[in-house]
Amino acid sequence: MEIKILGTGCPKCRSLEKLTRDVVEKEGLDAEVIKVEDIQEIMKYHVMVTPALVVNENVEMKGRVPSVAELKQVLSKYNTTV
Amino acid sequence: MDHSFSIHKRLVVPALLLPVWFVVYHFLQPATDWFIDKLLVLPAGSHFTETLRFFIFELPKVLLLLVLIIFFVGIIRSYFSPEKTRKALEGKSLFAGNIMAASLGIVTPFCSCSAIPLFLGFVEAGIPVGVTFSFLIASPMINEVAVVLLFGLFGWKTTAIYIITGLIIAIVAGWIIGKLKLEKWVQDWVFQARFGNEDAETTKVSFSDRLNSGYNAVREIVGKIWIYVAAGIAVGAGVHGYVPQDFMASLMGKSAWYSVPISVIIGVPMYSNAAGIIPIVSVLIEKGASLGTSLAFMMAVIGLSLPEMIILKKVLKLPFIITFAAILASGIVMIGYLFNIIF
Repeated sequence: MEIKILGTGCPKCRSLEKLTRDVVEKEGLDAEVIKVEDIQEIMKYHVMVTPALVVNENVEMKGRVPSVAELKQVLSKYNTTV
Repeated sequence: MDHSFSIHKRLVVPALLLPVWFVVYHFLQPATDWFIDKLLVLPAGSHFTETLRFFIFELPKVLLLLVLIIFFVGIIRSYFSPEKTRKALEGKSLFAGNIMAASLGIVTPFCSCSAIPLFLGFVEAGIPVGVTFSFLIASPMINEVAVVLLFGLFGWKTTAIYIITGLIIAIVAGWIIGKLKLEKWVQDWVFQARFGNEDAETTKVSFSDRLNSGYNAVREIVGKIWIYVAAGIAVGAGVHGYVPQDFMASLMGKSAWYSVPISVIIGVPMYSNAAGIIPIVSVLIEKGASLGTSLAFMMAVIGLSLPEMIILKKVLKLPFIITFAAILASGIVMIGYLFNIIF
């Protein structure tokens, strides 16, 4: 799966990126994590609050950093290997 | 919060904690006095005793208020979103739009790092730049942390004055920006870019999820700011105990006419959050600083921040940012003088 973290570099965006990378690594998910910082690119996803979590081009979450459990749950929907 | 945490627990826990909260809050003052005077047997009225008394009483009081109010604000905010706010503002006329935008700025969950995407999202929907700015001014200036701290340390009257004047500044400044037709100073790509509009979310949110938003807000906000609150109250306690009465009168008092603009000039580049600055200002008032000057200082610190203006540079040209800062700063100075005259 392809995971995008949309954010212009606020502290919350960085913590979402770190959290996502941690979960991907710990769960051994087959995923590529990309940080999107370009504002015009971010706006294509119609989000008005950052950070946002985009998985396979679906906006799954915006404006907040989820708990580990919640993030796992969201990503598990896309995890085809399990 | 664990997902196995059931709805019953989510309801029962706050229902049980609420009476405990009121008991603790009610007995905080006598408990503090008992601790200082009877248990530690410190000499009443000495610098150190009064500093300690201030800290031991004010810190738990403010933290108690923060937890309670931010929990409810978290629940209330789950009913609002930037998408819904945008929908509500579409097609509103200039002045009515400014009033609505400023009011919605208080309740819509929004952090200043999202200022750019929010600005673009609003402009895209055809919401006038002036109306958008009423939102962008009110939202950080009248935030829940500032309001709770003002209420806890200044009382409800000052809090009401702060909220009402903050709203007026946001409404009038946005309206002026609209009248000045500053659109010409918005970066060119902003109006050319088309991102397509997304409707307000229609997904049903259960009350259990809303309670969860309350818990999350407490964890996220109080978890982040308690250290600033503690630092601010510690400095405040030191000033309360050791700085002589009327020490601030000559610097920030009514008679010092220049104190208002200077407070604003000092306040703008200070990017301290409300959590650290309000406890200190509350003590400065006790030491002779006037309400208008203190109000102006706090508004400048909280509502006008240099980093936010640098972020806005991505979508606004420099003359726009300078005009915006100048309008806001003069508004704050006027409020400062007004309250120095009234009180």
